[in-house]
Amino acid sequence: MEARLPTKNRAKSRHQPLTTGLTMKTILLSTALTGLLSGAVLAEDIIVAGFGGNVQEDLAKTLWTPAAEALGATLLQQSHDGLGAIRVQVQSGNPGWDVVHLGAEDCAAGAREGLFEPLDYNVIDAAGVPAGQKADNWVGINSYSVVLAWRKDKYGDKHPTNWADFWNTTDFPGRRALSVYPQEMFEIASMADGVAKDAMYPLDYARALASLEKIKPEISVWWTTGAQSAQLLADGEVDMEAIWSSRVVGVIKNGAPVEFTYQDAVLGTGCLAILKGTNKLELAEKFVGQSVSPALQARIPELMPYYSPTNVDAYALAKVSPEALAESNATPENAAKQVALDFDWWADNMADMVEEYRVLIGQ
Amino acid sequence: MTGLADRMPSGRATRPEGINAPLLRRAARQEGIGFALLSLPGVIVVVLVLVLPMAWLFWMSAFDNAGNLSLENYERMLRPIYQRTFTTTFRIAFVVSIACGVLAYPIAYLMAQSGPRLSMLLMLCVMLPFWTSVLVRTYAWLVLLQRTGLINAALMDLGLISEPLALVHNELGTIIGMVHVMLPFMILPLYASMKAIDPALLLAAANCGATPAQGFRQVYLPQTFSGLASGISLVFVMCLGFFVTPVLLGGGRVSMWAQQISDNISLYGNWGAASSLGVVLVLCTAFVLGGMRMALAQIEKRGR
Repeated sequence: MEARLPTKNRAKSRHQPLTTGLTMKTILLSTALTGLLSGAVLAEDIIVAGFGGNVQEDLAKTLWTPAAEALGATLLQQSHDGLGAIRVQVQSGNPGWDVVHLGAEDCAAGAREGLFEPLDYNVIDAAGVPAGQKADNWVGINSYSVVLAWRKDKYGDKHPTNWADFWNTTDFPGRRALSVYPQEMFEIASMADGVAKDAMYPLDYARALASLEKIKPEISVWWTTGAQSAQLLADGEVDMEAIWSSRVVGVIKNGAPVEFTYQDAVLGTGCLAILKGTNKLELAEKFVGQSVSPALQARIPELMPYYSPTNVDAYALAKVSPEALAESNATPENAAKQVALDFDWWADNMADMVEEYRVLIGQ
Repeated sequence: MTGLADRMPSGRATRPEGINAPLLRRAARQEGIGFALLSLPGVIVVVLVLVLPMAWLFWMSAFDNAGNLSLENYERMLRPIYQRTFTTTFRIAFVVSIACGVLAYPIAYLMAQSGPRLSMLLMLCVMLPFWTSVLVRTYAWLVLLQRTGLINAALMDLGLISEPLALVHNELGTIIGMVHVMLPFMILPLYASMKAIDPALLLAAANCGATPAQGFRQVYLPQTFSGLASGISLVFVMCLGFFVTPVLLGGGRVSMWAQQISDNISLYGNWGAASSLGVVLVLCTAFVLGGMRMALAQIEKRGR
């Protein structure tokens, strides 16, 4: 406690007048000595960095703000652009962020690099989170899906229903888009080639690449950002696409004649990890624990449609309308239609797969 | 002051002679030290913000994931993706520089020849997009160029084409977007070099019997070479580092070096995987610029 006091005071004085800072200091010292105040009452900042955009706004509204409030802390948000930025923070020895939100394949890769603190599952109650969605250094807080979406005005009732249809250009002519990121796309290509969902891993990437080679001439755009994927479908620039379910819902809400299916979708996980070297480890762990708690996770189906909680205990608590539940991407019923991304496989192979895929796309 | 006067015309100190020689030499030496001291702050800044980080970049590129000295980061560049990205980057930079030169020359010429009002207006038109975010302009190009975009829709309505043209999500779209972003960097140096040309020279050429075309080719054009060269090198070098435009307008197909660097920062645990790419880019850029400079010197020598 004493060791951390100076840092707190410095952080305080930055946005408080000197006099207040001084009084705060006296109060802090006296209370620390008498041991009356817990860290939570001091209203510490918890700094969380994510990829930004709508997803982060929704996560903050649904999980992070209430989690911070429950701890009496103030949520401060930043955005990062992937593991590189996080590595800089950790290597500086005094990271500017306490907690980061990433895709679980990045969490797994970062953990291998030693960027994250180990999580104390005595503090973080993640009993309801399935084994594949948590690890020693990170825990999943939301799941997302990459789905097959298509233009209703193009296909009407005779629309594609799975990736084999996406690959079938004779029965389903039209312009197509896939993403430039190999994770999810290799699973999709494998399914199109007839790989069973339960036999997906270890991923036969040579087969996935061969399958992608077949559809390549029909791909009009390889999208690089979520916003771009949404715009392509909304403007009718492509007729069918592999796209995040969260993005496609925005397109549909804005009135574009678009539909999608969870059949053969790829189920991924968004995770939280604590940056190695943070001076608010205790608070950060409590924050992660709150974010993954059933009570807050139960807010996801209503507040973040097309996402799902990772903590299955949330479903028991959630007073969710059947409609919202049907839309939720990882309810047992919807999850059964999908293949879950193997984060460890991707953490091991990401660099090579990115290069293989780039070669294929560019040729 | 003698020392100064001595070195001013040729930029090199001449050896003083006569009885005052030792005194003059000492004065010259003191003056030299004075100049060196005066430039010291500048030298320190250059070393701090340029030389040291570059040296660090070179240093980091020589270590592998385990932190051992190795050429691993350079060996990786032999993989096909790096070779392709490298050639794509230089090809696009080259095409964009040439396209900018061809487009910018008439605009700069018009600006240099027109009266102050028109010239001001043209300058405004050149600078206005320059002050707008690259991201916004890139998205605007998407709206114009895509299949359902303004250009294709107009051409189809006019019956000029039956199928939309593939103007974007490929290398062509990338080049169009980049030329638009880079054009001011070409126009401004060209305009400056054209403004510096004495109009009397063209009158003199005409007086000597040159046709307008001959006057332009033999008198005007050679004097704009330096502006053209600085414009082209500026555009070329900046193109090598482009990131946003190829990502958004290339449809995922156009992979340039800057994106590869960004990928390697994320994908590899050691900075060397990315800094080695930076080292190669710096060296190749220096090589290309040196080549351009020598070529220009040759042209200028022949022009005289």
